[in-house]
Amino acid sequence: MEYFFQQLINGITLGSVYALIALGYTMVYGIIQLINFAHGEFFAAGGYVGVIFMSYLLSQGAPAWVCLSGSLILAMAYCAMLAMAVEKVAYKPLRSSSRLSVLLSALGMSIFLQNGLMLTQGVYDRAYPTELTQGGFEFGTVMLSYMQLFIVSLTAFLLVALNFLVFKTRIGKAMRSTAQDKIMSALVGINSNRIISLTFAIGAGLAAAAGIMVGLYYGSVRYDMGFVPGIKAFAAAVLGGIGNITGAMIGGFIIGMVEIFAAGYISGEYKDVFAFLILIGVLYFRPSGIMGENVDDTRV
Amino acid sequence: MSEPILELRDVHAGYGSIKALKGISIKVMEGEIVSIIGANGAGKSTTLMTICNIVKATAGDIYYKGGCINKVASDSLPSMGLCQVPEGRRIFPRLTIEENLDMGAFFRNDNEIADDMERVFAMFPILRERRRQAGGTLSGGEQQMLAIGRALMSRPKVLLLDEPSLGLAPLIVKQIFDIISEINKLGTTIILVEQNAKVALSMAHRGYVLETGNVVMEDEAKKLLDNPDIQKAYLGE
Repeated sequence: MEYFFQQLINGITLGSVYALIALGYTMVYGIIQLINFAHGEFFAAGGYVGVIFMSYLLSQGAPAWVCLSGSLILAMAYCAMLAMAVEKVAYKPLRSSSRLSVLLSALGMSIFLQNGLMLTQGVYDRAYPTELTQGGFEFGTVMLSYMQLFIVSLTAFLLVALNFLVFKTRIGKAMRSTAQDKIMSALVGINSNRIISLTFAIGAGLAAAAGIMVGLYYGSVRYDMGFVPGIKAFAAAVLGGIGNITGAMIGGFIIGMVEIFAAGYISGEYKDVFAFLILIGVLYFRPSGIMGENVDDTRV
Repeated sequence: MSEPILELRDVHAGYGSIKALKGISIKVMEGEIVSIIGANGAGKSTTLMTICNIVKATAGDIYYKGGCINKVASDSLPSMGLCQVPEGRRIFPRLTIEENLDMGAFFRNDNEIADDMERVFAMFPILRERRRQAGGTLSGGEQQMLAIGRALMSRPKVLLLDEPSLGLAPLIVKQIFDIISEINKLGTTIILVEQNAKVALSMAHRGYVLETGNVVMEDEAKKLLDNPDIQKAYLGE
């Protein structure tokens, strides 16, 4: 039973990461019907900006909370700007082209960004400072580390903040309007280019936060770390119903849980397989996903 | 005679190689209801979309309040007082009634938005009842009311209406057109595109008849209603 609870905690932690990345996929898809294959690279870039700035702050003797929040804010801001630049260079000029062209442009961007990271940061793992993340609560043999607590509570905060932004504020309403009808949005005075740019920025900011979490949790980052979690988060977005914000959150947690429990109870070797089995299953049996089409109110 | 508030001078526009407008000239004076009638594919909707710069004019000029607006971005026009209720109403289906109305006032920052929403609710009480419902759940007539209400939230000087009667029961059509008359009496200039030529001309001051991208006739609405050619072609008499 203890093993079950331990896996539950681990699953929620991993699910948090997938949920944050999946939101970027689903929001961008909701607004311009593009699967942004470069999205995983924002996650990796966030991990790197985080480790660089966090190490710097630590070397200056800053307290732990300053190191964490400072590097988090900087990484999110950096990735938000990077995503806006990518959108402007690689996607905006193709706004009226076929969806395949934009998709190929996204794949190209992914390769470009990943190689850029490799060339500037090297091909080896880069270690995260470990002194910030030690310790935790123990309940018998079940361990809830401070790190996991940090990841889960930060994710909860970001999810609540995002929900508030999208469903309660005017700018969120404008995002949903743009997703639903771009011409009509223009006719009421919404600049859809600005809204699209903002959507990319928010998605990449969330991915950057996830990048730092993964770096802290697993202890290191690598230039190609965006690929596999990126695809798994994409599976999570599809599972939730692509384009649906609540769906992406739920999908992320499900994929995280399934992966951890399957690794724990079935086989650790095959842990990467399960996310893709789910993806294939969803596409085969219910392409609209959990929250797709039939449950409409939380789509962007 | 004073300057027109909106004027199209020899405007051409189209979609790819298809020419939808082949040199259209239209003048609209402040306070008027101008009706544009014509068959399917005559270029009525394209005319409105070109005014709003959703479809680009390939030649000719569009003047609004004396300034050329050919190059003004579509999303800047509502704040200048030019607003369109497009064909098919285009309600945001997954936004609530209230949110749809709020989006009509998107560019506004003043503190009278809530008052304006109350005014729209007073005009269309059914919308108040359903304010928290998604726009997509409304009936056709209610959606038309919402679309007009949303446009009013921008406090337009000139309101472009594209086929507000389309697909609605006669009783609802009358209700909608009464409201349009009322909006006009409160000082909003109106351009009304309609296939339902009889209703449109009977409420308009002047009318234009479009055929395959050209203005083939323009006159006072009453005279158009009495014109035997118009009666035969558009009024079914």
